[in-house]
Amino acid sequence: MLEQQPDASGHFGPYGGRFVPEILMSPLDELEQAYRAARQDPAFQAELDRLLKDYAGRPTPLYHARRLSAKLGGAEIYFKREDLLHTGAHKINNALGQALLARRMGKQRVIAETGAGQHGVATATACALLGLDCVVYMGEEDMRRQRLNVFRMRMLGAKVVGVTNGSRTLKDAISEAMRDWVTNIEDTFYVLGSALGAHPYPMMVRDFHRVIGVEARAQMLAATGRLPDSVFACVGGGSNAIGIFHPFLNDRQVKLVGVEAGGSGNGQGQHAARYQTGGSPGVLHGCFSMLLQNDDGQVSLTHSVSAGLDYAMIGPEHAFLHDEGRAEYVSCTDARALTAAVEISRTEGLIPALESAHAVAEAIDRAASAPGQIFLINLSGRGDKDIDIYREHLPELEQDMVTNDLNYRPA
Amino acid sequence: MTSITARLNDLRAQKRKALVAYVTAGDPHPDRTVELVLALERGGADIIELGVPFSDPIADGPTIQRGAERALAAGTTMRGVLRIASEIRTHSDVPLVLFTYLNPVLKYGLPALAKDAKASGIDGVLLTDLSVEEADRHLEALRAHDLDTVFLAAPTSSDRRLELVAKYSTGFVYLVSRAGVTGERDTLSGSAAPLVQRMRELTGLPLALGFGISTPQQAGEAAKLADAVVVGSALVRVVEQGGDGLEERLEAFTRGLKEGMK
Ligand SMILES: Cc1ncc(COP(=O)(O)O)c(C=O)c1O
Repeated sequence: MLEQQPDASGHFGPYGGRFVPEILMSPLDELEQAYRAARQDPAFQAELDRLLKDYAGRPTPLYHARRLSAKLGGAEIYFKREDLLHTGAHKINNALGQALLARRMGKQRVIAETGAGQHGVATATACALLGLDCVVYMGEEDMRRQRLNVFRMRMLGAKVVGVTNGSRTLKDAISEAMRDWVTNIEDTFYVLGSALGAHPYPMMVRDFHRVIGVEARAQMLAATGRLPDSVFACVGGGSNAIGIFHPFLNDRQVKLVGVEAGGSGNGQGQHAARYQTGGSPGVLHGCFSMLLQNDDGQVSLTHSVSAGLDYAMIGPEHAFLHDEGRAEYVSCTDARALTAAVEISRTEGLIPALESAHAVAEAIDRAASAPGQIFLINLSGRGDKDIDIYREHLPELEQDMVTNDLNYRPA
Repeated sequence: MTSITARLNDLRAQKRKALVAYVTAGDPHPDRTVELVLALERGGADIIELGVPFSDPIADGPTIQRGAERALAAGTTMRGVLRIASEIRTHSDVPLVLFTYLNPVLKYGLPALAKDAKASGIDGVLLTDLSVEEADRHLEALRAHDLDTVFLAAPTSSDRRLELVAKYSTGFVYLVSRAGVTGERDTLSGSAAPLVQRMRELTGLPLALGFGISTPQQAGEAAKLADAVVVGSALVRVVEQGGDGLEERLEAFTRGLKEGMK
């Protein structure tokens, strides 16, 4: 059964597992037990539901993008509006869940890694709310790209530690967070931000994001009387994607499309698409899954205009769904994502996160040839955090364009 | 019996403790490693841990991370590390443990690696991020080539886990003396002694204590508890300082550690 993964030892088919130094094995056991107990505890679930509703803003709307649909002249496009959540992205679903678990386990100190800064902001927010101490590891390259989020985390009372190792991006931030964790296990809870890492993280993070798909499925049935034909989500580690995919796994007629970062080209180091050149199964950060690596088993550097997709490994459940043929994984280049972002800004008044723009681009490209179909796109985040990058890549927009030039394309 | 076991048995018979010296293969350059290993041996190292550099060494602190970066920048590969091992074998019979993260091994292919490692004179393998739970299907290939399989035990390990570590380990068991990554520390951790004691009750295998041991005095304290003492970061730091007479300084530093263990 597809939706009954992982097995007792954390494997999704051949993927997943727990590949960490011995020192982390017992803490991961302890985390798993605490999580399983919390999941069974109605009081825990009730508190999480309350926070998701009153604090984070759930349920998020399902929005029918009529102007965009009409313009594309094919599929009817619906957005799941995770961008409306507090802190601006889906990441808060998981951050609240794990922070509540940290408090339940009596851990006062919380650490996290962040790429785009969204998970860091979400974790800093949850920690402020629950009175926990928060340290966020962030690659220096990402700190430069996402300055605004660095400041937001600091304003929320978190300490942001710049990571100068390796590529200075998400992968190095995760390594550094894991090093912190092994050193401070007694009082520290590691809030991992994507459906990645050692068991139980991929399962736990998925469970906390499943609410996206559960809501969207019911909303779609209520709005249209049927299920979507295709569901699109961007895939960094894969948390927003698995969150929206999972409740549809048994609806075999619903196509699930994960969109990876195609970056600036096909060469090694130019993209972060694990099902493109340079991807093969491997172990990174405690998990066995598809990994961008060289012939000698060294992890490749990756590139994406969007920091949140800039990571060498895809979450293990996605690798499993890929091999099972249940989901397909495609990639979208930086340029297509930027074009799509401008498109929905002008057609729908939605400035998306750069990550989410990847999913939008793929759906837009398929829409014209899918008349009569319904497309559901997970709009995982809003674009506020990316305005500096949009400015950098769309310099021509520093001047007034012809008002509402809907045919505008980035240079 | 592997040469690791033979060496540790000899030392035990003489009531001496073993010094296990870690070096990152290829740091600062693959051409230098053989000389550095021979210097460690002259200084008194009884067993060498030959570290395979990895791009994302989560169990290592900054010193060994930098060593791995230097080695990778100098073009070190798994094949290159095995070539270094065979070259060491033409000069010395010091036991060699290949110390590596799992990913480069999986990419090479475990059966192929086991075969080639043995042919290159490697005596045992320690896979840093391979837990006993995931080990079963990997062990066979290593055992088939008569390689020792060394596993890590940690202060955080439950009793059940320590039993498994004891069961799966051959040659010796590597006890991580503290919660944390590799790196130099001022004192031997208080968690070392209880861990040694717990492990002694489970196995007659020699016990090596490592992580954070960097001075002759700490090596001495560790040698009182365990059968072998592992020193890594402190040696990598000497290599990092580089300069003229590196081999001599490395040898002298190693000798100092060995003196501390008397
Ligand atoms: C808005 C948004 N979407 C998607 C992602 C990618 O992460 P994941 O693949 O785990 O959903 C991020 C990561 O930072 C993000 O901020």
